Amino acid sequence: MAIIRTENLHFTYQGEENETLHGVNLEIEEGSFVAILGHNGSGKSTLAKLFNGILLPNEGRVLVNGIDTTHEDKLLDVRRTVGLVFQNPDNQIVANVVEDDVAFAPENLGVEPDEIRRRVDSALKTVGMYEYRQHAPHLLSGGQKQRVAIAGVLAMQPRCIVLDEPTAMLDPVGRREVISTVTRLCREEGITVVLITHHMSECIGADRLVVMSEGRIVADGTPREVFAQVELLRSEGLSVPVTTELIYELNQDGWVLPLDALTVDECADAVAAALK
Amino acid sequence: MLKDITLGQYFPGDTIIHKLDPRTKLILVIVFIVALFLAVDWISYAFMFVVTALCVKVSTIKLKSILKGLKPLIFIIVFTGILNLFYTQGGTVLFDWWIFTISTAGIKRAFLMIVRIMLLITGTFLLTYTTSPIALTDGLEMLLNPLKKIKVPVHEMSMIMSMALRFIPTLIEETDKIMSAQKARGADFSTGKITERAKALLPLLVPLFVSSFRRADELAVAMESRCYHGGEGRTRMNALHMARRDYLAFLAGAIVLGGMIAMNIYGI
Repeated sequence: MAIIRTENLHFTYQGEENETLHGVNLEIEEGSFVAILGHNGSGKSTLAKLFNGILLPNEGRVLVNGIDTTHEDKLLDVRRTVGLVFQNPDNQIVANVVEDDVAFAPENLGVEPDEIRRRVDSALKTVGMYEYRQHAPHLLSGGQKQRVAIAGVLAMQPRCIVLDEPTAMLDPVGRREVISTVTRLCREEGITVVLITHHMSECIGADRLVVMSEGRIVADGTPREVFAQVELLRSEGLSVPVTTELIYELNQDGWVLPLDALTVDECADAVAAALK
Repeated sequence: MLKDITLGQYFPGDTIIHKLDPRTKLILVIVFIVALFLAVDWISYAFMFVVTALCVKVSTIKLKSILKGLKPLIFIIVFTGILNLFYTQGGTVLFDWWIFTISTAGIKRAFLMIVRIMLLITGTFLLTYTTSPIALTDGLEMLLNPLKKIKVPVHEMSMIMSMALRFIPTLIEETDKIMSAQKARGADFSTGKITERAKALLPLLVPLFVSSFRRADELAVAMESRCYHGGEGRTRMNALHMARRDYLAFLAGAIVLGGMIAMNIYGI
């Protein structure tokens, strides 16, 4: 069964005339790594907040593990199932000590102290921040803070983690730390990961890539399939990975190369094969 | 520059005083203040002095840090001393001019008053020096818990307090950043008349204020996403609990208080 399922989702922010989402139908399979790509204002962040009932749809519905997010008495179940990580790590860390922050969600859920301790330790070990458990969050680097924020969500033991542009405020090192952490979460822990981003390079490792524009889904498929649609992506104001870009430009010049050579090695092999 | 501001002047340590439950420390500070005000004469003051000195010694807080803490209060100390010096009657008059009279009783009283204030400050500082602000907030929340019965929002107040403490370094960092941005465009925060300097702060405060609201909004969403729904049904990872040392500390406090009451009765 799909962990998150949206049906004909429409959403308009209060006091605004234009609809932000115009009928989004999306199913996210449990255990998969899905990237949602779109430029600013495409409605991707709004979608994230609809996934755990922070925002409620005006029309259509969102089902999390089969539960409608509008069921108020099931709201904690929904939020415990789908954890959200936001862009600015500073604004989502609530405590003065790393481990106290990670303990926040299980404390809210009324988990027993011993069990909280166990979850906190295991969450911090998973994101590789266990040695920093006694540190003050404001003394950590951006990437470290964001990993603490991920640990804070992991301590709820969610089945799905939605990350809303988690790397937008990070330097390249921090960006790599975060992306490799979430990739590992999906591959090793079996947690569903929904990564919302506008960086092409972060989507390459995903199982599935959904492109959003103007509140609609405009492309959906494996990264190879989606990136091969170079014209479409360009018309949506998105760039493609440099490898795809190179092959696309060569093809425009009359070469015949496969557009789905995504990694640098594949691209190099494709070019080498064509030169023979 | 702004980063140098330390918060709540907490000195981390590993002594028995650091390890005491914050509730114990809060109650003992109140006991300490009461005992201090029961002191009447040399012997009882000397006793309180020894008790305070002992606590400072055990806490391994440096004398220098305590003196540094006393510094801003020097005016009050001197002022109290002078008032008591001139306005105490009795004893042998040593000096008499116009309305100023200094007597032996005045000197003694002024001296003891100064000692009392200094001990009072040292005692309360010992609390903030050895207890992290968060532990203090938690301790206060639990001590005030009974007030929930009369609808005092104890959990909410303590949550607000700890959030404020959490965001002080973040906001200081942001202030620094905005200041640098304004300075780069020619703003001057450090020279000019006081009114000019106050005016220069306005372009600093407005963006800071606006961004605080944005932060508060994002924080609220992040907290809700992590299942925050008020204090109801909430557990704590490090629940405060009284240990043997806390009961021993209470016993010591009771002995000091009892001793002081006895000395107060006998007037020594």
